[in-house]
Amino acid sequence: MRQVVIIAGKELRDGMRNRWVLATTALLAALALTLAFLGAAPTGTVKVSGLAVTIVSLSSLTIFLVPLIALLLSYDAIVGEVDRGTMALLLTYPVTRWQVVLGKFAGHVGILGFATVIGYGVAGLALQWAGNEDLGAWVAFAVMVASSVLLGGVFVAIGYFVSALVRDRGTAGGIAVGVWLFFVLLYDMALLGVLVADQGRTVTADGLNLLLLLNPADAYRLLNLTATPDVSGFAGVAGLGVRTGLGPGALLGALAAWVVVPLAAATALFGRRQL
Amino acid sequence: MTGETVVMRGVSRRYGRQDAVRDLDLTLRAGECVGLVGHNGAGKSTLIKMMLGLVRPTAGSVRVLGEDPAAGAAARARRELGYLPENVALHPSMTGAETLAFYARLKRQPVSGNPALLERVGIAAAAHRRVGTYSKGMRQRLGLAQALLGNPLALLLDEPTTGLDPALRQSFYEIVGDLRRGGAMVLLSSHALAELEGQVDRVVVMNQGRKVADGSIADLRGLAAIRPRIRLRLPRAPRAVANGPDAWAGWSSVSEGVLELSCEESEVAFVLRGLPAAAQDIEILRPSLDDLYAAFQKGAA
Repeated sequence: MRQVVIIAGKELRDGMRNRWVLATTALLAALALTLAFLGAAPTGTVKVSGLAVTIVSLSSLTIFLVPLIALLLSYDAIVGEVDRGTMALLLTYPVTRWQVVLGKFAGHVGILGFATVIGYGVAGLALQWAGNEDLGAWVAFAVMVASSVLLGGVFVAIGYFVSALVRDRGTAGGIAVGVWLFFVLLYDMALLGVLVADQGRTVTADGLNLLLLLNPADAYRLLNLTATPDVSGFAGVAGLGVRTGLGPGALLGALAAWVVVPLAAATALFGRRQL
Repeated sequence: MTGETVVMRGVSRRYGRQDAVRDLDLTLRAGECVGLVGHNGAGKSTLIKMMLGLVRPTAGSVRVLGEDPAAGAAARARRELGYLPENVALHPSMTGAETLAFYARLKRQPVSGNPALLERVGIAAAAHRRVGTYSKGMRQRLGLAQALLGNPLALLLDEPTTGLDPALRQSFYEIVGDLRRGGAMVLLSSHALAELEGQVDRVVVMNQGRKVADGSIADLRGLAAIRPRIRLRLPRAPRAVANGPDAWAGWSSVSEGVLELSCEESEVAFVLRGLPAAAQDIEILRPSLDDLYAAFQKGAA
């Protein structure tokens, strides 16, 4: 455990040093503030909480941005260190390979967590300060921020899996971009296409549920857009969560599984790797 | 343990079809400074990586400080191990002091000893600069400092002095000498035998993954059977030595007035005693370490 903490601390400091933390936090804060104020502008006449609107737009932003940041942070983590030779030295110390993977994971999720909490938190506080009294939406907002970090964790874990799989940094980068495209853009389009073509003949509701859980980005989207009646009403997916039968428990479970399985696979692959 | 720091038995390592190390037996003992010599690709680094547990042998067994270094439980042995990789890679964004603190914590060593260690390797003044700004020599010194953390029982240095200036090399060997006197086993790899002269007790020569020689430099001289040569100058050399008096039988003329004789080591004193007073510039030419190394690489042994 001690070794995991030491490695996580080193990754965090690295993130601070090379401005990753600063750049990500600034980017997320700037986009969140923009969405909070520009996005909330048309709601003046509708009786919807500004924070609820922001949750919808921020979670849409998160689906695109957070996986990308997470993959950029992680794709190089194993293959890059092996390539540069720092991994060989590290592994001659009394640390096991799973401790290295877990330590890096903790450090990278820490970086993402810091950036998300601060970046989005600034936007939330700004809305509160601008005259939003709806404290109830803060719960949904907290769920959104926490699940955004979890989504980041999913893609950090996938990034490690890619990083442990290949022998070349360029290949890892390419695959990481492919992973992002697949889960964030192509999967939903393909799913929609299948549903339209199928006309509900073979793809049952249960089948659709399963397909949605198989994409962490979809699990995240459902979790946040159906979190509260207020939010889901505004997101235009009212009752979808109820109808699909996917409760927050199942969605969180799916996200957690998406962290554990790639991380375990990455550790196993890395454990077998010869330096 | 009984003083045997590293024990390798019948160790082989293949990479695809390539044999990096073939059927090698090696024992390294405490208090010994061993030179591992071979050309690039002879299997030196692979051998060291097997001792570190970074690479598992395809056949044979490796024990370091009584444990299998590739097993997860080798954490105890690794705490007693220092390693300096060839072209040490360190994190460029960390300072020298931070780098050493990171490695000290991983080895469960008190960080309080680090300033003294940085002083010892001569980079105390640069301790708070980022490693990315270091020169090659400074990085190598910092690399040595991390290898020395916790006074290891076994120190594995992979081509430690490649690319270092002579002054640095000297201070490097002084530190290595101190450790060895402290009872540690030091393994130095190099691609030039000459560089290790006077630094090591024993030399292991590798060629194409095999151990072709193992012994002190004097032993290797005997094994290689390269005879010493005696060379001298005569002010008025006999024109044709071969046809000259019997005293010069066996001598050959190297150039105008310079004669040379190749003989056994045991005959040297006898030959010298028989030389005339007119002989000048008498030299005994023993094979240089490079000659010796070349002989082993050619398989002369």
